[in-house]
Parts: sequence; C-alpha cells; structure tokens
Amino acid sequence: MKSSDVILQTATKVVFFLIFLFAIHIFFAGHYTPGGGFVGGLLTASAIVLLLLAFDLKTVSRALPFNYTIMIAIGLLLALGTASASILFDVPFFTHAYDYFDLPLFGETSLHSAMLFDLGVYLVVVGATMNIILTIGSDD
Amino acid sequence: MMIFFWISLIVIVISMALFVYRLIKGPTAPDRVIALDAMGVTLISVVALLSLLVGTSFYLEIILLLAILSFIGTVAFSKFIEKGEIFDRGDSD
Repeated sequence: MKSSDVILQTATKVVFFLIFLFAIHIFFAGHYTPGGGFVGGLLTASAIVLLLLAFDLKTVSRALPFNYTIMIAIGLLLALGTASASILFDVPFFTHAYDYFDLPLFGETSLHSAMLFDLGVYLVVVGATMNIILTIGSDD
Repeated sequence: MMIFFWISLIVIVISMALFVYRLIKGPTAPDRVIALDAMGVTLISVVALLSLLVGTSFYLEIILLLAILSFIGTVAFSKFIEKGEIFDRGDSD
C-alpha cells in the first residue's frame, strides 16, 4: 500500500521534540511539584509511539538504536546503586544527600542524589513500556 | 465570576455525559473514536475550570499531558481504522 501520510509525518517531526521536551520538564520538576521519573518515562514512551505511528519499525529502530531490555537493566542497577550507596556512609537505606551549589547559568541550585534514583525509574519505565508495545505491535 | 465558572462546569459535564452516550450507542467505529476525542477535549476544559475555581496553577501541566495523550490515542485509532494495523514493519516498500 502506498503511504500518503505527509501531514502526519511532517507534524510528527515537530511534535516529537515538543513531547520529549515536556517529558524532560516533567522529569526535572518532579522533586517539588507533580511529575517525576514515572510520568516522564511514560511521556517519552508515548513520543516514541508517535514516531512508530508516523513512520515504520525499521526506520525508528535505525533512528533510535536502543536495546530496551538492556535499558531496563541499567535503570534497575542505577536505582539500586543509588539506594544502597547510603549504606557506605553509615546512614539508613534510601537516605538521600543534597546540597546547594552555585551553577553558572542557574544561580543557586539544590542538587539531590534522589534525582539519580529517579533517572533509574525513568529508564526502567521507558524500557518496560517500549518492550511491551514492540512485543504486542510487531507480530502478525 | 465564580457562579459563571460553576455554570460552565455543569454544562461541560452534561455534554460529557452525552459523549458517553454516543460512545456506547455509536453505530460505527469512527463515531466512537470522535466521541472519545471530544471527551478528551471536554476533560481538558473541566481541568482548566477546576484550576480556575481552586485557584492553583499546578493543574496546568495535567492539561498539556491530557492533550498529548488524547492526540496520540486519536492518531492510533485513525491509523487502525484506515490501514488495519498500528505499526508498519517497513519492509513493504
């Protein structure tokens, strides 16, 4: 079948980056306001699903050459490592450290080690969701 | 001004109930898809009116999130109705 979805493909090239930017915003806003790694991961997965809808599986896997199973493993290792690193400093499990730094462009910023745990959650959610969707969607 | 927001909220919720009727009754599949998309739009307006009534700006991100999810859902349903499959495998052409 000849594909004639020019409007969808052209719109997707712009909307994909808008959704991805919003996912990054939600991910970083998650410390004080609604959001976090889970919602950010789901939004990133939906952006990739939009790419899959507009183009095809081969094009998307060439543009984003990720192995989503390994992504789950990296995310779980990151989350577990951040959680258990607190044992080395003789504080209870899952205790997170934070401090205020003077960054050049942002001014005084508070950096938390809980963000690394959230990054692990983000990678696990993206990997698991894309694994499920590709497994369901690619067999005939 | 508050009474105006309450009246519009009630009207939008009534229209949402009518969309649920169309979603269940709808004779063909495109009717149901359009009813679902319009329900997304009315849900967005309900959230916007609630954020005006409560007086907070934390709900505004939910509006963007609902708009993105409703858009992707409608595109997926349309492609399924039009082509019969969601994802092309990319080896046909």
